[in-house]
Amino acid sequence: MEKFIRHTGSAIPLRRSNVDTDQIIPAVYLKRVTRSGFEDGLFSAWRNDPDFVLNKPEYKNASILVAGVDFGTGSSREHAVWALQNYGFKAVISSRFADIFRGNSLKGGLITVILPQVEVEAIWLAIETDPKTQLTVDLESRTVSYGNVVCTFELDDYTRWRLMEGLDDIGLTLRHSDVVTSFEEKRAKFKPKTLPALAE
Amino acid sequence: MGKTLAEKIWIDHVVRRADGEPDLLYIDLHLIHEVTSPQAFDGLRLTNRKIRRPDLTIATEDHNTPTQNIDQPIADPVSKLQVDTLRKNCAEFGVRIHSLGDIEQGIVHVVGPQLGLTQPGMTIVCGDSHTSTHGAFGALAFGIGTSEVEHVMATQTLPLAPPKTMAINVEGKLKPGVTSKDIILAIIAKIGTGGGQGYVLEYRGSAIRELSMEGRMTICNMSIEAGARAGLIAPDATTFNYIKGKPHAPKGADWDSAIAYWSTLVTDADAKFDVEINLDANELAPFVTWGTNPGQGLPLNSNVPNPADIADAEARGAAERALVYMDLTAGTPLKSIKIDTVFLGSCTNGRIEDLRAAAAIIKNKKIASSLRMLVVPGSARVRLQAESEGLDKVFIDAGAEWRNAGCSMCLGMNPDQLKPGERSASTSNRNFEGRQGKGGRTHLVSPLVAAATALRGTLSSPADL
Repeated sequence: MEKFIRHTGSAIPLRRSNVDTDQIIPAVYLKRVTRSGFEDGLFSAWRNDPDFVLNKPEYKNASILVAGVDFGTGSSREHAVWALQNYGFKAVISSRFADIFRGNSLKGGLITVILPQVEVEAIWLAIETDPKTQLTVDLESRTVSYGNVVCTFELDDYTRWRLMEGLDDIGLTLRHSDVVTSFEEKRAKFKPKTLPALAE
Repeated sequence: MGKTLAEKIWIDHVVRRADGEPDLLYIDLHLIHEVTSPQAFDGLRLTNRKIRRPDLTIATEDHNTPTQNIDQPIADPVSKLQVDTLRKNCAEFGVRIHSLGDIEQGIVHVVGPQLGLTQPGMTIVCGDSHTSTHGAFGALAFGIGTSEVEHVMATQTLPLAPPKTMAINVEGKLKPGVTSKDIILAIIAKIGTGGGQGYVLEYRGSAIRELSMEGRMTICNMSIEAGARAGLIAPDATTFNYIKGKPHAPKGADWDSAIAYWSTLVTDADAKFDVEINLDANELAPFVTWGTNPGQGLPLNSNVPNPADIADAEARGAAERALVYMDLTAGTPLKSIKIDTVFLGSCTNGRIEDLRAAAAIIKNKKIASSLRMLVVPGSARVRLQAESEGLDKVFIDAGAEWRNAGCSMCLGMNPDQLKPGERSASTSNRNFEGRQGKGGRTHLVSPLVAAATALRGTLSSPADL
């Protein structure tokens, strides 16, 4: 995974709350077996409307999505994160994210930033007034800045470190493989096991 | 201070805890299906890793599978590739799989409990948000993304921060015609789709205790729609009786040891929840959704709401958009809404009790000629059980379609879909825009409301018959 220290880019205002993952990436795209190529599926139903913000030329190169409250509700599909990343987004800002979506995003290096709604509104106003406004999402200082404005956000130290180092979660866990083995040796005997795979 | 049930299960599964790091939690059972696993298996192959515990892993095919002509190859090539990919992956990595045609095949959250794999005190995960269903057994069960699926495959653990706890107390007795589906829809309407975010919900109270295991599964299933990661119900005699004798249930001395442990899985009397919500079961009525998220619901005896009456600007805007999408006018009685398609099925309400309840309403009657009804048992075993009870004949004689097991019309991914503009009364769990097919309009209902609606043609409860 690439290291993420800070990213500067223009932003797009998605003035909708409760954007569920069925809107972010409809089920039909989930039939794919790859991690890439989901950019066409991103908000595909809403993009049929020529007035939808993603279709506006002034926001064409936006790499930061600024959304309403409760972004990413519903299904656990990580494809929602991949669709946003494949499309070109590096960060999403909202005042609240659904748990599973947030976990998925931070796993995959899509930075989800939680800011109070009043600050989200201020950003919307700024980028609607001037779509060329540059926002910087900075993991090192845990800030989002644009113009003269600096907003701080929370992110636990561990996740911040992992993202800034571009580290793979699985590799980190495998360092403690022996501790996992000791735990397994003490597990209750009555816990169920599944049957073996059938021979071909 | 005492511990809540969720905290007890959590502590029992912490493999490693270190300052400033998430806990490393052991996973007792990993359920797999075809949609969220291909990229995870690929990841293992690319890094030359194996599945650490294939004996704690099991797979089924459910989302992308057809519910008709299952003896023939899957018609849609993209779906076929995904299902074939799961089969190849399971063979390569040594995972037991119940494929279409296998007697144990079905919706993953129906399969786990019916095999007796879902047991109290376990941590259970799956790349599917409705994994919360298994919480009905007093397990800590939650949905994960594909990267986490890969992580569990490689390490049988997950790095996680402990969630906050919320108690949902439901006291009283349900009136006739009111079901567990109505309880959970009312809860979601009350706390909102973001209300449970960051929490594990524990459902408590006399109305919860009265529910069968299938009723409890319906409630825990939709915890995710309230924004919660997981929902659970403390195990009791109802739970133990359900599990006893199931294929993977402990036996003999192991059964006694299990019961002894499971009996400790109760929230302590002096434990403190971060939040407590109360609901009076006596006041509940059949509930339906009118809008495009599961929180936009009302008692069936109400009218489509007027957005102008909603104080909160966000909620008002959302309601306005929902009414446009759903083609509904404020003030319209919900009972006058005409339905094109009734869907009885899904991991929420696709079990034998749901089918029995609906069949009892429909028996010897005909469904309205203005609509079609799809009945999809949650697993092959549920289907066989239903057929042995003659339920299939009840549905077919009434004019409904009797299908094979799968997620079917819950999500617009397999051939069972709504056409644009079609309106469904669905016993599933999500009514998002396009959920059941592009432009499809979904009203979430209980099996009883689904059955009554099928007979009358408009949203109805059995009391209207």
